[in-house]
Amino acid sequence: MTPEEQKAFEDKLYAYVGVKVCSRKPAKDAVNETMIRHWTEVMGDNNPAYTDMEWAASSRRGRTIAPPAMMYVWNQEGYSVASSGRASDPQTDMVEFFNEHGFTGVLGTNVKQEYSREASPGDTVYVEMVIDSISERKATARGTGYFFETLATFSDQNNETLGTQRFRVLKFIPQEQPAAAADTNELQVPTRIPSPRGHDNGWWWNAVDEGKVLIQRCKSCQTLRHPPRPMCGECQSMEWDSIESTLDGEVMSYTSLRHPKIPGYPSDPICAVIKLAEGTNIVSNVVGCEFADVHIGMKLKGKVEQVDEKTMLPQFYPA
Amino acid sequence: MVANIKDKAVIVGVHNTEFSKDSGVSELSLAAQAVKGAIDDAGLKPSDIDGFATFTMDSNDEIEVARAVGCGDMTFWGRSHYGGGAATGSLHQAVMAVATGMAECVAVYRALNGRSGHRFSDGVSGNIMTADAIHWGWYMPYGLLTPASWVAMFNQRWMHLTGVTKDAMFEVAHSTREYAVNNPNAFFYGRSFDRAEYDAARMIADPLQLFDCCQESDGASCVIVTTPERARDLKQPGVSVRGVAQAAAADQEQMTSFYREEFAAIPEMEIAAKNCYEMSGLSVDDIDAAIIYDAFSPIVLWQLEAWGFCGFGESGDFVLDGALRPGGRLPTNTHGGQLSEGYIHGVNGIVEATRLVRGQSLNQPDKEINHALVTSGVGIPTGGALLGKLD
Repeated sequence: MTPEEQKAFEDKLYAYVGVKVCSRKPAKDAVNETMIRHWTEVMGDNNPAYTDMEWAASSRRGRTIAPPAMMYVWNQEGYSVASSGRASDPQTDMVEFFNEHGFTGVLGTNVKQEYSREASPGDTVYVEMVIDSISERKATARGTGYFFETLATFSDQNNETLGTQRFRVLKFIPQEQPAAAADTNELQVPTRIPSPRGHDNGWWWNAVDEGKVLIQRCKSCQTLRHPPRPMCGECQSMEWDSIESTLDGEVMSYTSLRHPKIPGYPSDPICAVIKLAEGTNIVSNVVGCEFADVHIGMKLKGKVEQVDEKTMLPQFYPA
Repeated sequence: MVANIKDKAVIVGVHNTEFSKDSGVSELSLAAQAVKGAIDDAGLKPSDIDGFATFTMDSNDEIEVARAVGCGDMTFWGRSHYGGGAATGSLHQAVMAVATGMAECVAVYRALNGRSGHRFSDGVSGNIMTADAIHWGWYMPYGLLTPASWVAMFNQRWMHLTGVTKDAMFEVAHSTREYAVNNPNAFFYGRSFDRAEYDAARMIADPLQLFDCCQESDGASCVIVTTPERARDLKQPGVSVRGVAQAAAADQEQMTSFYREEFAAIPEMEIAAKNCYEMSGLSVDDIDAAIIYDAFSPIVLWQLEAWGFCGFGESGDFVLDGALRPGGRLPTNTHGGQLSEGYIHGVNGIVEATRLVRGQSLNQPDKEINHALVTSGVGIPTGGALLGKLD
């Protein structure tokens, strides 16, 4: 969207603020004991004020009431929506307008109800609704978009207000979500910082993803080299293949990064320079023992493990 | 004054790789191929190359190119800034190096995947894949993430091999702090510490604790260099550069040279020392005081050995004899060092070394300071300089 296009879009969008989604209209059914019982059973709400006629008769009110949180239930469309779809109204028009401009993502973010009066069986609940506000353009973790809020006002047959409900929705341009967060609203769990993968090292990390630690070998003079690089330093050949390490190793030196703590890493990770049986050195973690047990010359055995949601790494255990 | 480089540097080898829209290989591979081709064209060997010059924009670290091609020790690298303005700019670096004898065979290279990789038409946007980023990728996933952790890895092994203990590390940290106590520009001005406080400080990366580590500081330092002729007419006593050297040793990485036969060593600093002594005609006995790069306390110990103040593994005893103190053999880091004055990447050290030779240090030793040593960082391609009084 160019700034001009954005302005044109927003001019039309903000025209929806204050527009009535529906005028005051009654629910299909009056408030009734059957629907109250279904709702309280589903919600597991045993308050006798809702369903116990005998108890209610002797209470301050003298009769049962509908749970206040049911306020929005009475005017729901019901199953007909599934087959015939929702009748268009200014809200559905606005949603369609968002969709046409790429804001196809939808996320209900908050519901806030306020209660001012109780309804009892026999009362009829009326609703009217307005598009109350639309935020400025926001950059969110889900993508760029706008929050809009509808305000529904509920009243009874005497036009006495029962309460209000504010419903806040984010309409956004979806961006690719990390796999871990794609299907849930959970916060993304930090993982270890990965190596970038380029021409000279990508193949090595791809093998780790498949559970193998390879060592680059010059095809011409057979010299092993790690970390990988494009030319043999011994004979300048650019031809190479690789061998798979047995991951038998020995500690050459070690340390533990105690401070600062890095998100995505275990606390106090033990890092070591390890001489592999094949003769090349590799840096990796020592796991499966305490820091105090690690010493130079210690024999290790490695294996490739999944260390977090996204990361495969060689890890070395006391042999 | 006109530069006196005329006919002092000669181009002897050239090579282009294949040019394409999609090389299919890394920029490092292109650089290695170009350098190798030019070496062959000249009839030289990879080990003859002792210097490199390229663009600041080039993504290939000189040490990565050197390792790829199999070059050995290196005594010069220099980069020229400002995009295409560096074309003859990098040649300029090479010519100065050869003309002065800082290096004998310098490879000037520029390697880029300018179409299949980062395009100039992208401007300054986008992620740029560099040999440097790939290098750190061998350490980041394991949590070996900070300078302290890289230095700790060397130090753990060096202590194991030499038997030097934390007593020596404390002495470095403490003698440096005592100098800072007198320096109003030092972060730790007026704030001494003792062994109990040192031992109680938090662990950063075993065996480095808080007071083994330098600070993180805001600040800037600068020194001005001119000719001896002009220096004689200026306000301050001139401090002459008797020798200055850069060095990278074979199989060098940036902070992580863990692949050498014995990695608890800093051979690059030994080369810098040897070249500085040779250039200056001075020996270790001529050095009266030192500013030794102290990002971490143990690296001062290793450098004392590299510059020949004592043998391998003897630096612990050397400092525990009080050598670094005001009346010692080698008053060291008299500004309070980067441990206790501030961490301005060693350039505040050049300022202090100059003041020592001028006789202007806040902690000026009683003895005459005819020559002072100042060094660069450790674990990386590094260097040092010997300063003396202008005759």
